[in-house]
Amino acid sequence: MSDVLLDVRHLKKYFELRGGLLHRVTGHVKAVDDVSFSVRRGETFGIVGESGCGKSTTGRTLLRLLEPTEGQVVFDGVDLAKLGREEMRQKRREIQMVFQDPYASLNPRMTVADILAEPLRAHGITDRAEVDRRVSQILTACGLSAEQARRYPHEFSGGQRQRVGIARALVLNPKLIVADEPVSALDVSIQSQILNLLQDLQGEFGLTYVFISHDLSVVRHISDRVGVMYLGRMVEVGDAETLYNRPLHPYTQSLLAAVPIPDPTQRRQRVLLQGDVPSPANPPKGCAFAQRCPQATDHCHQVRPELQEIEPDRQVACHLYEVS
Amino acid sequence: MQTVTPDKFKPATHAGNKERVVRKSLSYWADAWRRLKKNKLATFGLIVLSLLAIFAIIGPFIQPYDYQSQDYAARNIAPGTAHWFGTDDLGRDQWVRVWWGVRISLFIGIISAALDFTIGVLYGGISAYFGGRVDDIMQRIIEILMGLPYMIIVILLMMVMGPGIFTIIVALAAVGWVGMARLVRGQMLSLKEQEYVLAARTLGASSWRIILRHLIPNALGIIIINVTFTVPGAIFAEAFLSFIGLGIKPPMASLGSLVNDGMQVMRNYPYRLLCPSIVFSLIMLSFNLLGDGLRDALDPRLRK
Repeated sequence: MSDVLLDVRHLKKYFELRGGLLHRVTGHVKAVDDVSFSVRRGETFGIVGESGCGKSTTGRTLLRLLEPTEGQVVFDGVDLAKLGREEMRQKRREIQMVFQDPYASLNPRMTVADILAEPLRAHGITDRAEVDRRVSQILTACGLSAEQARRYPHEFSGGQRQRVGIARALVLNPKLIVADEPVSALDVSIQSQILNLLQDLQGEFGLTYVFISHDLSVVRHISDRVGVMYLGRMVEVGDAETLYNRPLHPYTQSLLAAVPIPDPTQRRQRVLLQGDVPSPANPPKGCAFAQRCPQATDHCHQVRPELQEIEPDRQVACHLYEVS
Repeated sequence: MQTVTPDKFKPATHAGNKERVVRKSLSYWADAWRRLKKNKLATFGLIVLSLLAIFAIIGPFIQPYDYQSQDYAARNIAPGTAHWFGTDDLGRDQWVRVWWGVRISLFIGIISAALDFTIGVLYGGISAYFGGRVDDIMQRIIEILMGLPYMIIVILLMMVMGPGIFTIIVALAAVGWVGMARLVRGQMLSLKEQEYVLAARTLGASSWRIILRHLIPNALGIIIINVTFTVPGAIFAEAFLSFIGLGIKPPMASLGSLVNDGMQVMRNYPYRLLCPSIVFSLIMLSFNLLGDGLRDALDPRLRK
């Protein structure tokens, strides 16, 4: 059994732009453009980035909710991108997802018991007693009581609904959970409850998480390793603590400089960025960040930097750290 | 002034589990039914419709006449104990004829609503589910059908197939399903993108499971509302066609033809216009009240 549970290699997801009378392809939105990273068994891998940088698309492409345009998603030694429909459906037992919006991700016409039983039934576990047993077991594990199973989603609060969403993802005993902004829609006080729940469950069931969020402090709190995305590309990957203490990529540096420090006496050095994020339909030729980077050279505008390992367990895609 | 001393207070005691929620957990349909019952007008509509349906079934058997036998000795009799709604100029009993008209109205209303529902849900569902080119072609067909004036289709069909209930149903179904198909397509398109549908796919649910468990139950409320407005529409269309002489053939009675006959003798025998008109108005009013009530009860945005 290898140490790496999920290995993403050169993953690309392009959306076609169609226009004109005949719906011809007029261009591509490069939502995910050559992203590679690996996730080890039992760890939490955080993906951060601003809105529209392709982090959610990456998450959905991992589960083939969106078909990848190119690249490999090797999960436990199997390339998910090459599996047929039914094989992929079977594989879904092992990879689950927690969604962002706890209001939209639960069917309002189903009771919590039905919602949680659905994955079991879809995978052929139909014995009533067995289904009931597993549903109440998972409800208790997620901090809900078994008698709440007969209720409908609208009778729950946002935090409770998110617990149901997590329970649904866990009921099949998956190995990997992709959590797409699982706490962004919740109040700050509830956020910590849900984060703690996720951490407790990780210990209890030996789960591996891919945790997607735009919230830097949430990602720092929960992640073992972090990947920073910008305009569909992974710009820096590293151990959470070292990455936050010593960011290497200029984008990561400016991103972290924007995090408020809860101390009014401390003056922080701010890195103010000029301009906007370029359009992913027409990304720059060289480094995606070159136009806004304070340290950019001509070389940066011309040649796209590859993600390179510059220290053990530290990868960065920037010409400033090029090992010759 | 009253003095407040500590001995006037005693600690409240909580017996049992105070976290327990007392209100019973209601399913969507139970909740909708509860709200429908609270709506007085809709309940009125429902009761009147039930009564009308019962009379449509038993009404003609209460009186010893049938809808076509003529009795020249009893022409143009005013409503009374022998003939409750009077007789027409051929001596036919109006009570029996009115309830036959109601039978035809309800029959046509229900059958064409059922046809609209079946064709519309299938067509709209297929169009939305497959999308792309299939959707494009199916929508163009709908647009062409919508562009044809429905009176022309009806009159042409009447000429080809001859007037009668069957022709009316075919004509109404031929043009009526379009609205339902569009509604269902729109619903399915928006539901397809809901996160819980995505979640179901992540869980490994099959397409059939998603359609049956997620898409249809969530679209059903709006479909039912549309059906309850389709029924009075079809009833009105039949009455209108019979009124202008394109619908039900005599001697069979229809509310539309009864009203038309009554209108000609309105000055001498007003009851011949009033009886079928009142019954017809009650049908239309009840269906619309019920439809309104259902819309309020089933629309999730109005959920309290």
